[in-house]
Amino acid sequence: MKLIKKSGTTATSSRPGILGRAIGRRAFLQGTGLAVGAAAVAGALPTTMVKKAKAARSIDPKAEIKRVKTVCTHCSVGCSTYAEVQNGVWIGQEPAFDSPINLGAHCAKGASLRNHGHSTRRTKYPMKLVNGRWQRISWEQAIEEIGDKLLKIREESGPDALWFAGSSKASNEGAYLQRKFAAFWGSNNCDHQARICHSTTVAGVANTWGYGAQTNSYNDINKSKCIVMCGSNAAEAHPVAMQMILRAKENGAKLVVMDPRFTRTAAHSDVYVRFRSGTDVALIWGILWHVLENGWEDKEYLRKRVFGFDKVREEVAKWTPERVEQVTGVPREGLYEVAKIMAENRPGTFVWCMGGTQHTIGSNYVRAYNCLQLALGNIGVEGGGANIFRGHDNVQGATDVGPNPDNLPGYYPLSEDGWRHWAAVWDVDFDWLAGRFDQNEYDDGKGGKVKPMFSPGITVSRWIDGVLEDKANIAQRDNIRAVMMWGHAPNSQTRGPEMKRAMEKLDLLVVIDPYPTVTAVLHDRKDNTYLLPAATQFEQSGSATASNRSLQWREKVIDPLYEHKTDGEIAYLLAKKLGFADQMFKNIKVVNNVPEPESVLREINRGAWSIGYTGQSPERLKAHMKHAGHFDVVSLKAQGGPLDGEYYGLPWPCYGTPELKHPGTHILYDTSKHVMEGGGNFRAAFGTEYNGESLLAEDSWSKGAEIQGGYPQFDHKLLKQLGWWDELTPEEKELAEGKSWTTDRSGGIIRVAMKHGCHPFGNAKARAFVWNFPDPVPVHREPLYTPRYDLVKDFPTYEDRKLFYRLPTRWRSVQARDYSKEFPLIHTSGRLVMFEGGGEETRSNPWLAELKQEMFVEINPADANDAGIKDGQWVWLEGPEGGRIKVKAWVTNRVGRGTVFTPFHFGGHFQGEDLLHKYPEGAAPYVRGDSTNTATTYGYDAVTMMQETKTTLCRVRPA
Amino acid sequence: MARMKFLCDVERCIECHACVTACKNEHEVPWGVNRRRVIVMDDGQPGEKAISVACMHCSDAPCAAVCPVDCFYQTADGIVLHDKDLCIGCGYCFYACPFGAPQYPQQTAFGVRGKMDKCTFCAGGPEEPHSEAELTKYGTNRIAEGKLPLCAEMCATKALLAGDGDVIANIYRKRVMRRGGRPQSWGWQAAYGQNV
Repeated sequence: MKLIKKSGTTATSSRPGILGRAIGRRAFLQGTGLAVGAAAVAGALPTTMVKKAKAARSIDPKAEIKRVKTVCTHCSVGCSTYAEVQNGVWIGQEPAFDSPINLGAHCAKGASLRNHGHSTRRTKYPMKLVNGRWQRISWEQAIEEIGDKLLKIREESGPDALWFAGSSKASNEGAYLQRKFAAFWGSNNCDHQARICHSTTVAGVANTWGYGAQTNSYNDINKSKCIVMCGSNAAEAHPVAMQMILRAKENGAKLVVMDPRFTRTAAHSDVYVRFRSGTDVALIWGILWHVLENGWEDKEYLRKRVFGFDKVREEVAKWTPERVEQVTGVPREGLYEVAKIMAENRPGTFVWCMGGTQHTIGSNYVRAYNCLQLALGNIGVEGGGANIFRGHDNVQGATDVGPNPDNLPGYYPLSEDGWRHWAAVWDVDFDWLAGRFDQNEYDDGKGGKVKPMFSPGITVSRWIDGVLEDKANIAQRDNIRAVMMWGHAPNSQTRGPEMKRAMEKLDLLVVIDPYPTVTAVLHDRKDNTYLLPAATQFEQSGSATASNRSLQWREKVIDPLYEHKTDGEIAYLLAKKLGFADQMFKNIKVVNNVPEPESVLREINRGAWSIGYTGQSPERLKAHMKHAGHFDVVSLKAQGGPLDGEYYGLPWPCYGTPELKHPGTHILYDTSKHVMEGGGNFRAAFGTEYNGESLLAEDSWSKGAEIQGGYPQFDHKLLKQLGWWDELTPEEKELAEGKSWTTDRSGGIIRVAMKHGCHPFGNAKARAFVWNFPDPVPVHREPLYTPRYDLVKDFPTYEDRKLFYRLPTRWRSVQARDYSKEFPLIHTSGRLVMFEGGGEETRSNPWLAELKQEMFVEINPADANDAGIKDGQWVWLEGPEGGRIKVKAWVTNRVGRGTVFTPFHFGGHFQGEDLLHKYPEGAAPYVRGDSTNTATTYGYDAVTMMQETKTTLCRVRPA
Repeated sequence: MARMKFLCDVERCIECHACVTACKNEHEVPWGVNRRRVIVMDDGQPGEKAISVACMHCSDAPCAAVCPVDCFYQTADGIVLHDKDLCIGCGYCFYACPFGAPQYPQQTAFGVRGKMDKCTFCAGGPEEPHSEAELTKYGTNRIAEGKLPLCAEMCATKALLAGDGDVIANIYRKRVMRRGGRPQSWGWQAAYGQNV
């Protein structure tokens, strides 16, 4: 689209100043020659003005301005924006009022995106450490050297000696190529931010009702009558979501915020509940106790659609209001009020974020939230749902199709079936692929052996233990010897001092990122350390999946700055050097070493049947961006136009081939709609019965289903049994024979099932009782570092495990010691609105950096007085494992007595020392500070290896 | 003729600072100069409220009344602008302004005041619209393009409204009616007591 700025004046005709003399004086000054034309003015200005003149951009009002639509990269809401580009320079940013997701709105981060177009604090070209100093090198040299070192390590220690973090900030195509890269290198040792973000959510909700994702959407909250937010500070973490939440509130919805901290979200709540960090299960059972006590549960819903709820009843019965108060600190009336509001205001939605996931029993928290919502009949309905707000802009997409250590794109398992499916999609020989992996067998931790190809890799939360742990205790051939941080900050992971040691022990450390990140400076390495400049998402095109599962296509705004290259190109160059590019990019179009994003997405479309990532062809996604204005803001449904009836961004599952024209699924498990209109039901993913009891739905099915009642997942046998097999075309039959709906690469089984109104993944009950989890019914367990050591005997943690994701993992032995006397304060962490993640990118943006220039700790006035601390004073915050950080005290009632809060976005200092001198020249972020995670501690979830960052202990003293 | 106004709906403002960075982005305002700020009252306490503040483009602007060199003028839309070529950076307008809107670059060793800078309602200044001089001294001129101030256009929750005073008053009035009860605007309790 061409736009020319208007040169005429419309509304600026100035009139004389209030005293009527301005014009005259101005004319006088012009007459004296002090102000004739812009150049002369600049020359006559004081130095301060001249400096500004230099900094300002130049815009030619007559030259062409190109408008490019892209999507913000700072959180999962998915705000569109228009970039104005002139002569290749990003000169303006305009709101995308046509986007139904944000209606033009942005938060501080989104409103400052244009800085990405001229940021200077980046890694500008490939660099390596030579005797402790950064030296510029060429891309060719970097790829050669890194490749040679990797091949040598592979030769000596096998492919699992390389571990890399991929990125939730990569596009779907970039993240998918990262997972594929790991597969073709021959290892499952890759991971990304989702592990330490919502892994417990994904595991928890997928095991409850089918898919590991937000069930509804930000927009759908408009229909909620009650919004409960627990461990979610949307006002800072997802500000544009608050637009929908506050609209719902203005329509009469009740907003309940439960959080140990009186957040900026809590400031807008009708009811705020402060509770002790680390006690969510007790809190939720405390609410459910009132629900059940008063008979407020939806009994019909539970009968038809929920399995095992009686076992939840047994556990909840133990949580009397007195018990709950003893553990959480919330009195009877507080939770009665919440229960009553939730019961009387249905449908209600439940929102949780990191406050509910980053715990040693995070998957229990998630499952408790699920059970509460199921009891109220709030799942699978508009205005209800588990609205899980995800973190990074593409963390959902990277979870779905990206670098996960424990599954393949589309959540296909690391079993032979899963690998064979993807080998077929990739058009490579399964045996060749298997030959890429280590040929030894690893201890599976259960007394057996497992092939490395089928063994989940080491997680991002634990990579440091893969380096530091004694080789004899690890379930792989050798320790991790090489690490690549490919779009991942290290300061978002716990146990900073140990991470420093791990980095120093590595034989090779590579950072692939637009910014040097803390990985460049934390350690005291002298060599074998590389920085490769990766392009931002504004310097390439591709799709990203927002939290509500909508896929949005970003157009490329500008060419990569400096010597940056896209993730796709870097994957290609590395694969070429390492010798598997021909296989890996066999069916992907590559131009000048750059894989074409459209071509990569088409390959994803051909493989990810299980979660309906198959209908979102690049053409359909681009059409959605173009016609974004046709979609209703509440229902996300297009009204009229070429996309009539489709949901914005084809939220997955968008089943079948693009030609099937499935509209996407706005609300998961919604039986009130036909499957071809985005309807559904709970997934039959766990068999058809458990201990003789049926798991299939009773008297419940999605609108128009020809099977009226529960049914299992579709496969070739079921299709034949139903007499529908012959509705497949001969070509479809060939590919569908012997396959299930997830592995039938023709999409025929899906097509026929849906034609009959049936859901390809079956129709089952949600599981309130998840027998394959360590705690089938969620129970409370005290945090490893708890301030209430007196409760440990009643609520102990798990036993240590010899092997979990290839590593020995401790619970009981950590909790064995009482630290609460020496370290009396709960240390919890969270987000600030102006920064994101590890913060390197946002702290390098001056418009954002200026907003918060110092790392701080929020401390209650009572605790501050106890410790002799005054507001604004430098303090040491010391953790029980020896890490300590020097930060500013912010004395505030935002935190309750006994709890302190730190934001986790800071880095660039280590235990009081500024690491500025270690950054490449001119590449350090404007704002640096000690990282929260230097003082955080050990602790991991027993299902997903999520790290504990929300409840640990500390003490604070004046510095 | 429209009379341009800002209105910040404190029930909607979530302290996200989008208005602040949108302004920085649009006009490339240097570090240390804040044409717009978010002010928080009762931070961290029940009753916490935030409000986004910039030049309010007063009808009878005190800054203009006190300016010793008469550098202020109003556009036909009621936008209060000033001429940096005339401004002597004395800071008298800063005394007069009820909102702390005037800003002074602080880049020299002894804190010498530069030319005053403030919110232009995205309407540039007395230079030729879209000229290099206007862009350099005052920032872009969105009003001349038929657009509204970017701070309001990008507000995360549509708390900050900008435009014709009659139009935004209507939007706000509808919100208040929808919310029911007394107006929830900040300052109401202080002005009329808790129970009114």
